[in-house]
Amino acid sequence: MTADLRFDFIADKEKHSITVKREFAAGRQLVWDCHTKRELLDRWFAPKPLTTKTKHMEFKEGGYWHYAMITPEGESFWNRLDYQAIRPIDGYIALDGFCDESGVVNPDMPRSRWSVAFSDAQERTLVTTVVQYNSAEDVQKVIDMGLKDGMASTLERLDELLLTIGATAEPV
Amino acid sequence: MALDSIFQALADPTRRAVLQRLGRGPATVGELAEPFQMALPSFMKHVGILERTGLIRSRKSGRIRTCTLEHKNLAAAERWFADQRAIWASRYQNLDSLLETLTGEEHDR
Repeated sequence: MTADLRFDFIADKEKHSITVKREFAAGRQLVWDCHTKRELLDRWFAPKPLTTKTKHMEFKEGGYWHYAMITPEGESFWNRLDYQAIRPIDGYIALDGFCDESGVVNPDMPRSRWSVAFSDAQERTLVTTVVQYNSAEDVQKVIDMGLKDGMASTLERLDELLLTIGATAEPV
Repeated sequence: MALDSIFQALADPTRRAVLQRLGRGPATVGELAEPFQMALPSFMKHVGILERTGLIRSRKSGRIRTCTLEHKNLAAAERWFADQRAIWASRYQNLDSLLETLTGEEHDR
């Protein structure tokens, strides 16, 4: 069971960043593989009830991951993660962004910078992800867009999940 | 409503259980308190915290207080941060399952 796996989510509105810390009951190499191999990413990355589909993946500095998160109704939301720095199996830095099906990044939308770090925690692996936006205005833009497009209504179904969060993966 | 206070409200298992129950519809304080081995004054503190964050509201009719989930009070920004939390929590639960499967495969070899 995973009842005692650490899960911290810290939203810092002043620094316009989100920090997510999570423990996993597996070794660092395997957790790293799950974050960096397309066939494994496709099996977990999108939150339920969405699924993940990779269109392109080149995990190297200057490469990128182009993927869709697909609703049960078949609607796709395209994203792209551009890898800027990689240090196997300690961490990587990437630029997140909204894009279209052909991988063209939406220039009107802010991009956030993901710093993902992997460390040993006894028998487990701790993954720390910092999602950094350039400004509070950037965060506001993303929020406003979320309200306009279909993602918001999809996410509304996650409300129930929000209320159950931590039931299985949070320190009490 | 401050985001911090929402997360603080959500950080407690009793309060999460109350919110989860109210997600299915309004309930009286008596109904909400029933699953918990807790003195009523202690339980009312949790209800008070949830009410102050605006996550729920309550109305007293005679001796019975009924609580309702206040979804609309989650302003867009708070809602967005809460959604981000839900996304990460959900995807990581998926990853737990995947890791369990993959580790199992290794053992099978």
